Amino acid sequence: MRFIKPDINIDFTGKRKIAYFISGCLIILSILSVIVHGGPRYGIDFAGGSLIQVDFPSPVSIGDIKNGLSSVNLEKASVQRFGEKEDNEYLIRTDISEAYHEDFSTQLQASLKTATNTEVEIRRIEMVGPQVGKDLREKALFAMFFALLFITIYISGRFELKWLLSGVMAAALIGAVYLLSIFEVSIPYLILAALIVTLILFWFLELKYAMGAIVALIHDVVVTVGIFSVLNIEFSLPVIAALLTIIGYSLNDTIIVFDRIRENLRKHHRKPLEFILNRSINETLARTILTALTTLTVVVALLILGGGIIRDFALAMTIGVIIGTYSSIYVASPILLAWNVRKKKP
Amino acid sequence: MKKISWRLVFILAVFTIAVIYVLPTLKPSFWPYSKINLGLDLQGGMHLALEVETDKAVETTIERFSQEIGEMVKKENLRNISVVMADGMRLSVKITDLTQEKTFQELMDKEFRDLRMVSRTQDKDSVTMILDLPDEETSRIKTLAVDQALETIRNRIDQFGVSEPDIRQQGTNRILIQLPGVTDTQRAKELIGKTAILEFKLVNESIDPEVAEKSGVPAGSALYYQVRNDPATNREIRTPFVLMDRTLLTGAYLTDARVQIDSQFNEPYVSINFDSKGARIFERITGENVKKRLAIVLDNKVYSAPVIQEKIAGGEARITGYFTTNEARDLAIVLRAGALPAPVKILEERTVGPSLGADSIRKGLTSMLVGGVLVFVFMMIYYQASGIVANLALILNILLIAAGLSAFQATLTLPGIAGIILTIGMAVDANVIIFERIREELDIGKTPRAAVDAGYERSTLTILDANVTTLIAALVLFQFGTGPVKGFAVTLSLGVIASLFTSLILTRYIFDYFLITRKFKRLSI
Repeated sequence: MRFIKPDINIDFTGKRKIAYFISGCLIILSILSVIVHGGPRYGIDFAGGSLIQVDFPSPVSIGDIKNGLSSVNLEKASVQRFGEKEDNEYLIRTDISEAYHEDFSTQLQASLKTATNTEVEIRRIEMVGPQVGKDLREKALFAMFFALLFITIYISGRFELKWLLSGVMAAALIGAVYLLSIFEVSIPYLILAALIVTLILFWFLELKYAMGAIVALIHDVVVTVGIFSVLNIEFSLPVIAALLTIIGYSLNDTIIVFDRIRENLRKHHRKPLEFILNRSINETLARTILTALTTLTVVVALLILGGGIIRDFALAMTIGVIIGTYSSIYVASPILLAWNVRKKKP
Repeated sequence: MKKISWRLVFILAVFTIAVIYVLPTLKPSFWPYSKINLGLDLQGGMHLALEVETDKAVETTIERFSQEIGEMVKKENLRNISVVMADGMRLSVKITDLTQEKTFQELMDKEFRDLRMVSRTQDKDSVTMILDLPDEETSRIKTLAVDQALETIRNRIDQFGVSEPDIRQQGTNRILIQLPGVTDTQRAKELIGKTAILEFKLVNESIDPEVAEKSGVPAGSALYYQVRNDPATNREIRTPFVLMDRTLLTGAYLTDARVQIDSQFNEPYVSINFDSKGARIFERITGENVKKRLAIVLDNKVYSAPVIQEKIAGGEARITGYFTTNEARDLAIVLRAGALPAPVKILEERTVGPSLGADSIRKGLTSMLVGGVLVFVFMMIYYQASGIVANLALILNILLIAAGLSAFQATLTLPGIAGIILTIGMAVDANVIIFERIREELDIGKTPRAAVDAGYERSTLTILDANVTTLIAALVLFQFGTGPVKGFAVTLSLGVIASLFTSLILTRYIFDYFLITRKFKRLSI
């Protein structure tokens, strides 16, 4: 059985202007949304605070829960349904980030029981102090930074087969970051600076494949973050894990297309680049779509059946897989073409 | 032919080892290897991050010096010298009779060499000296405080009876505690967080505590409270006490603490035993203060203040105070394990109830099953017999991940299960790349055998490349991730490595077996 005929020939690069437009819009919307929301919405892992998951045997009203909370001095807490509707689970969030006194959970249970008139089970309590939140935030950003650094080195070495050059790149990148860290630049800006330095280096060293891969990767992460921001979903540790996995996944797709491009460049070296790109994308299209489908199948299964705790992670993965597949077809390869057009002009 | 049989041996060896590692998880106590560890999010339990307030340990040391210098000055009859704490970290010595300075300095050189002179200011008729501890000494005290706290907490948890607790230091002054399966988290927290400084102080009988609450306490004493819960009304009852500042005896001399039941009131109490030095001190203070009240103070809370009836020899005392049996038991544990050198603060707490953990396992496994079956069916329809080969590879993949988890003693968490699920989706990728390539080669008219050869040959590098990027992301996550996320990084890395093995070695072997050994002429792909 085949969905995609072997002789398929869709003109992907011909429609690259439309793709640029869509991607441009997505990125601008993402950035706008993050700005409008005043930065990414941090969950308690990163912002500090606490979270209590409670479970009732029968439906209760959020108002009743809030009444119960006010008698243990948590009137400012937000209460939200959690998980499936038939589960009757609720998530209580507060910005309190000090350890609860010893009798807290007994008192909370008692007052919720009185307020809602049913049994209640406290299933999970998480409290993250501001110091730990800050540490975790730093760790997450460092993880993003190092993932980017290693991947940059790997792809500049691997795609262009210029390992020496990639060594130089790494040194330059680390040097630039070190220089900035002396001036105590905060980590988000450090990452931004590292990215800009990377792109500039790619441009001057003419590492066009690496450039295409990195641009596609930034595209994926920015758009996923943007969609999270639009949906107002919190960033937690698992979401960061998902973002890093998306980086790996998206590159995976890109590498496969690029490998084919290089192979076809050798095979049809007289044909124009646009023809080769299109042919390579078409030849790998079946694989790209199949893998996206199987991966999507499992993450959607996780999204639907995995329960509330893992939901944000599964959602990030779902969005990332879709965006990553799109970008490896419509973003990474057209960058190569744009590069060629531009470099030939002068 | 020889080459193939070597590969078979290798493949069989890998799977035998995998089965050996996985068996104990499926059938406990069947094999001498241990089961796969479940994370706190799956089996329920408590995770705590504590900060040892090491500054307080330094403060306590300085305070002790202040007391000792005060006593020395008194003993040497240097009446015009006073010692006070300047701030938490420094001592201020004021000498109003300049002739005494020389004697004082000599004494200090002899007895308190550890203290450092920060400044000395001289007025017309007085000298003020500021003293503190040298930096090395401060950092030594801090390190020691963390070490001791770690040891003490470990002792307490051991005696509390948690199976497989994980207690470790993180950074300079943090302690991470993982208590799997703990259900009474409140008690555990209380037990861990209690500083447990036991002090014996005399009650200042010259003033009514109720009056002292309003008008202030006389010099040399301070206000303390006895706090207890009235079980009938669930209200807190606070009783004030005025106690002398001087601590006569501390818990440092304790050798044992046990729960006993009072035969008269049928109430639990904690009986404590002192070592010989402590027993001597206790005998002396009880002898000197007959008919006075001696308060037993734990962490600045009064537990009881009985009247001393007679001199008590033998070094045994009892702490009473309206305990429940559990409270008495926990008190005995903390007293036995000793006091924390400095208070600890809870920075992070994550508690998962056992039912939620079980739910997470169930939901995780359901998603894995549903996702897996869908992928299986899809592969079978799309690639027919070859799809079955890919599915076989997938099953063995999961087996290898499980074996890896138990071989490396890694912890399986909910995100870890998500990692396995993701692997199911992504691991078929390698086979998809190979199969698509084989189809292309068949399309240009190659024989099945040549097509398989060319397909594997051309895909290998691509597959390696593509997986390295995921591996990089996973390894970075492993390095920076904490708890559950680390579990994800582990299963993802294992999944990537396992899928390289199954797709490049195992499925290749199966194809070769059918096409070369069994000489199949048709390839169902």
